[in-house]
Formats: sequence, C-alpha cells, structure tokens
Amino acid sequence: MLKTEELQINIGPQHPSTHGVFRLMATVDGETVVHLEPVFGYLHRNHEQLGEIWTYLQTITITDRLDYFNSMINEHGYCMTVEKLASIEVPERAEYIRVIMSELSRILNHAAAIGFWLQDMGSWGTTLMFGFRQREMIMDIFESVGGSRMMCNYMRFGGVARDLTPNLVEQINLFLEGFPQFIDDFERLMMENEILLARSRNVGVLPKELAAAYSVTGPVIRGSGIPYDIRRAEPYSIYDRFAFDIPVGSVGDVYDRFLVRMEEMRQSHRILRQAMEQLPQASGSYINQAYKAASKQQGLRLPAGEAYCRVESPKGELGYYIVSNGGNSAYRYGIRAPSLINLTALNDMCRGYTVADIVVILGSIDIVMGEVDR
Amino acid sequence: MMSKAPKDYDNMTDEEVQLELEQEGVLLSSVNKLYNWGRRSSVWPLGFGLACCAIEMISASASRYDIARFGSELFRASPRQADCMIVSGTVTKKMVPQIVRLYNQMPEPKWVISMGACATSGGPFRDGYNVVRGIDLYIPVDVYVPGCPPRPEALLHSLITVQEQIDREKIKKVRWYQKGTAVEFPVPEFGAKGLVVAGIPGVADPVGGVPQMMPFVSPALGGQGERHTDPAVLEGNVPKGLVAEIREGRAGTNLLEEHHAAT
Ligand code: SF4
Repeated sequence: MLKTEELQINIGPQHPSTHGVFRLMATVDGETVVHLEPVFGYLHRNHEQLGEIWTYLQTITITDRLDYFNSMINEHGYCMTVEKLASIEVPERAEYIRVIMSELSRILNHAAAIGFWLQDMGSWGTTLMFGFRQREMIMDIFESVGGSRMMCNYMRFGGVARDLTPNLVEQINLFLEGFPQFIDDFERLMMENEILLARSRNVGVLPKELAAAYSVTGPVIRGSGIPYDIRRAEPYSIYDRFAFDIPVGSVGDVYDRFLVRMEEMRQSHRILRQAMEQLPQASGSYINQAYKAASKQQGLRLPAGEAYCRVESPKGELGYYIVSNGGNSAYRYGIRAPSLINLTALNDMCRGYTVADIVVILGSIDIVMGEVDR
Repeated sequence: MMSKAPKDYDNMTDEEVQLELEQEGVLLSSVNKLYNWGRRSSVWPLGFGLACCAIEMISASASRYDIARFGSELFRASPRQADCMIVSGTVTKKMVPQIVRLYNQMPEPKWVISMGACATSGGPFRDGYNVVRGIDLYIPVDVYVPGCPPRPEALLHSLITVQEQIDREKIKKVRWYQKGTAVEFPVPEFGAKGLVVAGIPGVADPVGGVPQMMPFVSPALGGQGERHTDPAVLEGNVPKGLVAEIREGRAGTNLLEEHHAAT
C-alpha cells in the first residue's frame, strides 16, 4: 500500500465549531484521524482562586459562570456543599423550588446542546432556533426569579432568594403544557433525517469499559450503556421522591448520546410535573428563617473541616470540594468539572474517524469552556 | 449678491478638479451618504465567542431578538470577511495574542464592540491572575456594552450605536483612506513574568498591580491607533475635559457631537 505522510492540523482556538475558545491538534493520515490532542486554558478565569478570596456568598455568583448554560444546577451543588459543612437545614419548599429550577435548567441545556450539535452537523440555523425558542421561555422564568437571564444568582444557603409567586407557578405550568408538543416536533424534524443518521450512527463509539475507565459521566456514559446518574446513584435534595427513568444507549455512538439527551428532557418534564403537583403541600418557607437576613448569608463562617458534594449536571457529575479553616472564605476550593473529564475521552472517540467527524463527536460530548478551564 | 467666478476647469488637472469639487462638497456629501448607507446596513460580525456573553450574542441572533433586522445576521468565521469584532467574554492572557492577531487580520473598515463587563474591564474576574483587564488595552474599542451578560437588547443597541458612528464618518477623514500604511497593533508575547507588549517597558499587565499601559483612543473619538496619554481618561476612556462634565451629569450624545464638531 502507498505510504502517506502524517499531517498535523490545528483547529481553533477561534473556530465556529469548537464551542468556545478550545483548540485541537489533530494528526491525520489522509482523512483519517490518527491522534487528537486537546489544548485548553484559553478561558482559565481563576475560578478556584477567586473562590478562596471571596466570601462564600460572593462565590455563588461565579459558580453561575462555570457552566453558563445551567447556572441553577451549579449553584445548587455549591450551596449543598456549604450547607453540608455548616449543617444548615433546607426547608421542604425550598428543596422543591431548587429541584424545579434544576430540571428547567437541564431542559434548557439539552435543548441548546442538541441545537448546537445539529448546527455543527450542517442543519444551518433551523434546529438551533428550535432549541433556542424553548430556551427563551425558560429564561423568562429564570429572569422572573433571579433578575437575570443567564446568571441567576438565585440560590442561597438554606434555600433560595425569592419565593415562587402564583403568577410564576402558572407560567411554569404553561411552559410544561406546551413542552411535549415541542419535543415531538423536534423529534419529527430530526429523528429520521438521512443526513443525521449517516453522520451520527456508529460514529465516535465509546465502548462501555472505556467509558468507565475514563470515568466520563452524564449523557456520555449513559449513551455507552451504563445507567449512572447521581440523582439515582446517590439521591440528593429530594430526588428520591420522584419517579423517573434513566435512559441508556446501546452502542455508545454519537446517535445514542443524542437520543439519551432527548429522552432526558422528557424525564425532566416528568419530574417537573410531579414537583409542581407536590409543591403546594410542601412545608416550610422558601428559605431557612435563621439564614434569611443578608448579613447572615454574607457573614457566614464555616466550621473547620471539609466537604464534598456532587450533583447531576446536564454534562455529568459536578462535584464541589471545600476545605474550611473556620474563616468566611474557603481555604481550598476545588471543582470536579464534568466537561473536562468527558473531554479526556475525545482522543479515543475520534481515532479512526474522519476529520469532519471531529466536530460532530465534540458536539456530542457537549462541553462548555467555562467549566473545562474554570 | 455676487456670484463666484466660474472655475477654469479646462486648464486644471484631473486631481485639481476633484480637489476643487471635494472642497465644495458637491460630490462627496452624496457619496458619503451612499457609502455610509452601504456600510451601516451590513455590518458583518466576526463569529467568535469567548465565554458566557457569546451565548447572549447567539440569543441576539436567534429568532426572538433577530439581529438580522439590523443587517448583521451573517456571522463570519473568517476575520477576512468580517467588519465588526464583538469581543464577547472574558479575555485571558493566553487568548489575547490571538484576539489582537484576529483584529489585525480584519480588513478596514472595522469596528469593535466590547461586550460585557469582562471584555470592558475584566468584570467579575478582574482580580484573577490570568484575566486581561479590558480589551481596550490591546485594541481600540468603538462601543462598550455594560452588563454581565448584557441583554440581547443591549447588544442590539450597541450595534445601532456603531451604525450611528458610521453615519458620521466622512470618506476624506476616515483612517483607512489616509496616506501611509495601516496601523498594526502589537501582538503581545509571553514573557517570563507575564505579557510583554512592544513599546511598553517591563511586564505590561502585572498580577496584583495596575496595567502599565493606557487604553487605546476609541475610533469613535477620532483615535487613529494611539493610546491615551492623560491618566484621567482611565475613568471612562473619554477625552480630557469630558471627564468632569460627565461627572456633573452633562454626558450624552450631544456632548459627544459637540466634541466632534469642535475637533
Ligand atoms: S461579562 Fe459576565 S457573562 Fe460576560 S463573559 Fe464576563 S462573566 Fe461571562
């Protein structure tokens, strides 16, 4: 056979399909990828360092900016960690509001992620607009509770910042009513599409064993067939009260990850329905009364010790680690970012496929650079 | 009233005729209008997202806010085809050489929108050791958009502001029709202790200190690629004399226009 020379090509950091400032060094043999090396750090914003300088309350604001698609879940995880260390009780109603916001966040993230992924595959615009339409509706809800569209800064230690008003409850219910229609339309639009099938079936296969070995999480590991979801594996908040299924894929290819995301949106919808039904019966207030005052929140001092909490973010297992030495800011603050760890499997997923598949596979991991680089 | 003596156009060179006409403003005022109309109606942004603000930039181009109404829906992936750079997000020290290079690669005329607190000043991450404290230290910015992230409406407003700025441009005065070579902005390099910028002694943006350089004069204020010299402008990147007036609350579009008329 003719021997061809291997070629190194550089993609990024300014590239429309790298989902932010991300760079890939691909070694190719003809059209086939031989090796792929991700280069990151272009968005290193010193998140962990700032978390060690600022007070605990101030740090909530930058957890929003970690994974900027789902600020609510980031806050949820961070507040849980601080509450665990400080032994703060969260009233039932507050837990319900948190779950509602988290699940809305998950829908928002998946709708956008699928839209971007399909855009990378060539469905210029249309599908992204579909996803963004849902996103805008959820953003209106977030804006009403948090005051900002993206960076909600809504959760507090011991609860949330504001209660849900009756109007808002109605708005959420209205959104939930229209949502199944959206997902059916979306599915009809894309599911049987020949281009989508040709470009995503049996592309970027990540076998079960490898997925576990890389400790990838989220839709990536579930797409590979392992039903690992923190909401089920180690239920936090009040997730043990809801009935929901964990979708898994069978092959572990790009298409499976897409299907898992679609189904997860349906399951989130199911959880939201139950949560909205149970919300009126929930006891307690939207925040722990002992921590309601702003001064209590801002002046919070944690006892010396350490805590680790994890939540299921739409990208995977998001973990926060706080070490306190008794002061009002963390002594050491670390984050297990799911995007970063899922990204480590990229080389193995891409090897053997063509250059054009790289962006499709990258899109199926659903990374956010704010979280990868922190 | 005495009418002007007719010009002896026959005995003038072509160049002289044109100069003469330009002085009378006959031709150019309508050419100006046409040029500016063409430019303002299709400001193509560079499709390049840095951080969270980029998502709001995409929202602005989605159906709800629909940036296409302003002629800017074509986000170009290549700087060679773009007119306007929207710096949408946190600029880190690792990324800034690429941004300056991208800016240098964009053909004239070009405009820069600094979107969000991060691009303008470092925003919530200003204290970080790796964050650039304002992109205007490296490239000149036309419009600053406050917010974290700014709402899509704010981005649209910044676009309208750029369009208003284009309306004020005069072909004879714009920098890309002047004699001489185009200004290339120095691309920062990684030194042993931080970023090194040509013309700035030592570390340009030391960790824990203040930046050792002044921001570039905004082209909206007549900047031709030079830095401010008066430390007072650091307050808001406005010319000397305006700072006090802005403090007194007299700031506004009229003030800027007065300033333009005076210069
Ligand atoms: S200004 Fe705010 S939203 Fe924009 S990039 Fe900075 S942190 Fe993100």
